Amino acid sequence: MQHFTSSLLKIGNRVNTESLDLLYQQYSRQVLSTLIRLLGEFELAEEAMQDAFYAAMQQWPVDGWPEHPVAWLITTGRRKGIDQIRRRQTARRYADEQLHLQDEAEPELDPTAIQDDQLRLIFTCCHPALSADARLALTLRELCGLTTEQVAAALLQKPTTLAQRIVRAKQKIKAAAIPYEIPHANELPARLQSVLQVIYLIYNEGYSSTSGTQLLNIQLADEAIRLGRQLALLLPEPEVHALLALMLLQHARQHARQNANGDLVTLEQQDRTLWLRPMLDEGLQWLALALTKPPAGVYTLQAAIAAVHSNATSYDETDWQQIQGLYQLLYQQWPSPVVALNRAVATAMHQGPEAGLQELDALSSHKAIQNYHLFHAAKADLYRRSGQFQPARIAYQRALALVQQEPERRFLQQRLATLPN
Amino acid sequence: MNYLALVYYQEQQIDAMTEQEWHDLNQQCIRCVEGLSESGHFLAGQALQPTRQATTIRVRDGETLVTDGPFAETKEQLAGFYLLEARDLNEAIQLASKIPPAQLGSVEIRPIRQLPPKDEGESL
Repeated sequence: MQHFTSSLLKIGNRVNTESLDLLYQQYSRQVLSTLIRLLGEFELAEEAMQDAFYAAMQQWPVDGWPEHPVAWLITTGRRKGIDQIRRRQTARRYADEQLHLQDEAEPELDPTAIQDDQLRLIFTCCHPALSADARLALTLRELCGLTTEQVAAALLQKPTTLAQRIVRAKQKIKAAAIPYEIPHANELPARLQSVLQVIYLIYNEGYSSTSGTQLLNIQLADEAIRLGRQLALLLPEPEVHALLALMLLQHARQHARQNANGDLVTLEQQDRTLWLRPMLDEGLQWLALALTKPPAGVYTLQAAIAAVHSNATSYDETDWQQIQGLYQLLYQQWPSPVVALNRAVATAMHQGPEAGLQELDALSSHKAIQNYHLFHAAKADLYRRSGQFQPARIAYQRALALVQQEPERRFLQQRLATLPN
Repeated sequence: MNYLALVYYQEQQIDAMTEQEWHDLNQQCIRCVEGLSESGHFLAGQALQPTRQATTIRVRDGETLVTDGPFAETKEQLAGFYLLEARDLNEAIQLASKIPPAQLGSVEIRPIRQLPPKDEGESL
């Protein structure tokens, strides 16, 4: 995006930069996703897309805006791309592609085809044959239109590392022939899981980076929600609606999660008047839509848990029994120790800290959970609630040895410091 | 596109099979090859003798060094290969998932690389 904006500035006031900039923000991904299909290559499509917007910037102020700007941009981009292939003509390996493109009739540009191209791009960027890191980087770069530098900054990585990762992912797409297509019905559920995972990972990267000093990186969370909205329009599946609901319900708490000093505020301590009500309401609406098509999947159950919290006036007055039941259902579909940990916390709130501690003890055999700081933090909290301060102290210290995020560390230290002797 | 599907499993697991289990697995593999041939996706393929029959050679400074066993000790061992014709990676994944040992071990799918054209005027 920056690339284009800076070119615009050079031209100065000859064009209405604002409207073109808006057009770029709104349609550049659509144009790109169709150009990848038409030109069959990521890099070439990206260049062609930039060229098309550049051409628009020069022609539209003189000739006026075309009737169908997106179609104009795609057609122009395709022509630019084909020109580019012709310029590469000397290189033998492109000869076949050139023939193929010249033979092809004018491309299909009806709205359905363009919508399908956006889905093709989503499924290709989130293809399970790409590494999880590559999926994340590629999605942010190609689907969100962030620059490599922006992606690197958001993921706390070096731009060179990230650029290399994106290049390698594109090389694999080409060399292994990962097709630019929407998965067939029989593959769709599994492939959709991968897409939802990537979007939720982006959201969580934004919600709380795994290390570093900043707790909230709003931009990534916003990008994830934008992707969630787009997917909900393109592929109206219950789990897609549920993921959007889950992200909105959590994001609505953004101002309450952190105090003025940047310290973590737990759900229990949060000022619930700071929760963004319209965002919660929107989340609840998407959840209601997801719930119309049972059985509830993992995102629907997680969104339902977030919804119970959002409907409670306080931590203590939360319907913990329902939350415990929802975590139980979630555990049946997704038997992860982290889900069991959350269920134990709900049990403790519903049946008392001793019952919760019993569930946590049953989890201790999992090796991975022993290295998870929140396991020890939850244990410490339950010991503290039941008045067992010495075991609480030991558990806080264990959690502190494992925690990576600065605001969480400060929170745990403060809890440890205020523990009665 | 051509892909090579490399079939890996733990030879130990195979060694521990009964005669009947081993027989059944082989029959499944025969049927798999038949199916892939009929649909035109099977270009070539063979099962391999276990790695204890392997010999590894390295040529250094014109000298051929010969050692017993596979090139590296791995948890799973190469047991066979299929050369497949597929439209794209998605089809290759679908085809490879039908290879019976995929249920025991792993199948690695590798796109075939075309060598560049031979340099003119040179004889190899």
